Amino acid sequence: MINKVVKDADTAIADIPNGAILMVGGFGLCGIPENGIAALLKKNIKQLTCISNNAGVDDFGLGLLLKNKQIKKMISSYVGENEEFERQLLAGELEVDLIPQGTLAERIRAGGAGIPAFYTPAGYGTEVAEGKEVREFEGKMYLMEQWLRADFSLVKAWKGDTAGNLIYRGTARNFNPMMASAGKITIAEVEELVPAGELDPNHIHTPGIYVTRIFQGKNYEKRIEQRTITAN
Amino acid sequence: MALDKFGIAKRIAQEVRDGFYVNLGIGIPTLVANYIPANINVVLQSENGLLGIGPFPKDSDVDPDLINAGKQTVTMLDGSALFSSAESFGMIRSGKIQLTILGAMEVSENGDIANWKIPGKMVKGMGGAMDLVASAKNIIVAMQHKNKAGESKLLKKCTLPITGLHCVKKIVTELAVLDVVPGGGFKLLERAPGVSVEEIKNSTEGKLIIESDNIPEMKL
Repeated sequence: MINKVVKDADTAIADIPNGAILMVGGFGLCGIPENGIAALLKKNIKQLTCISNNAGVDDFGLGLLLKNKQIKKMISSYVGENEEFERQLLAGELEVDLIPQGTLAERIRAGGAGIPAFYTPAGYGTEVAEGKEVREFEGKMYLMEQWLRADFSLVKAWKGDTAGNLIYRGTARNFNPMMASAGKITIAEVEELVPAGELDPNHIHTPGIYVTRIFQGKNYEKRIEQRTITAN
Repeated sequence: MALDKFGIAKRIAQEVRDGFYVNLGIGIPTLVANYIPANINVVLQSENGLLGIGPFPKDSDVDPDLINAGKQTVTMLDGSALFSSAESFGMIRSGKIQLTILGAMEVSENGDIANWKIPGKMVKGMGGAMDLVASAKNIIVAMQHKNKAGESKLLKKCTLPITGLHCVKKIVTELAVLDVVPGGGFKLLERAPGVSVEEIKNSTEGKLIIESDNIPEMKL
């Protein structure tokens, strides 16, 4: 079996250049590649285009890279949890492309599945449709949307093996599997890295073929945005 | 008296039927889950990849890997299922969700909805709203009848950027339950307890259709 293991996050991201197009997994702060983001921050790689459903919060997730002015452009569906983001956007320091969430997910999936374009009804009749091909199928109007691919995809899984196979946990799966398949180079960080053969092949969510590098992450904070509880 | 947000949620819960898969938006729609009758089986979908949303966890059971689309911590139920965002919107686009409940800033008399952007103000993004409204067969909007400036949110034509066209089927506000009828117009079905038809008329800018002299009060 091909061994995909690298030592740590710093090694995994060592060849990401300034100006790279990145996909970064996660929904809110759930399932984000915390170690990879920390390594990007440390190395201070600039002019990044980040394709990620959200932009983190002011002091965590992609918010850390925003604050450090490392991001040139965000491609996201919802960015409402971040004041620094708002400041940079209004000051014209940041480009933003807002995309309906399902369209974003499918564009990434298409990128990983070798499908250059598809039709979706989301956004028809709205400003999202501007400049896009419109086509009618069975009496309903659809927009043509194109695939998204990345130079590097940074994803986070619960368990992974040395062959790069990944298993996600809970709703931390979200955008990670599609992003894993849509990166020219995909870097996976996992909470638990095991030898090939230990994960049940029936339970693999992302097959190792999509993963270029894998490392065991550390010190996961897993910050919660909205801690909501029922009284005991 | 006009309903509070819990009253609106309670009334909308009456629209949920046994066997429905339901997507609840953020805000008042999330509250609807608390009022779904115990004698029917309903599965709630969260577009970040969960079917079968359970109640909020006990303090000791909070799991950062388990959140809803509002980023709140949740639990799973017996029979819950997890999946990716692509699969999640696949089930939404292909019409597997029987009922979608969401908030709005404006609804027009032909069923257009605006709920994602106020030009000149910070734009947060549409999230999954455009995908949901473009594909859902049955959309109920939960909202206040008027905005903070006292202007009607039930309009002839939306003034804010549109989220989707001709998609809203029913609206529940603090004053009334209204259907959006195929030819255009808000058909008044029910009044909030103690709210007069006159008050609803005065609060509705779009075409209001009143087919009866005796519009019933909501039963909550």
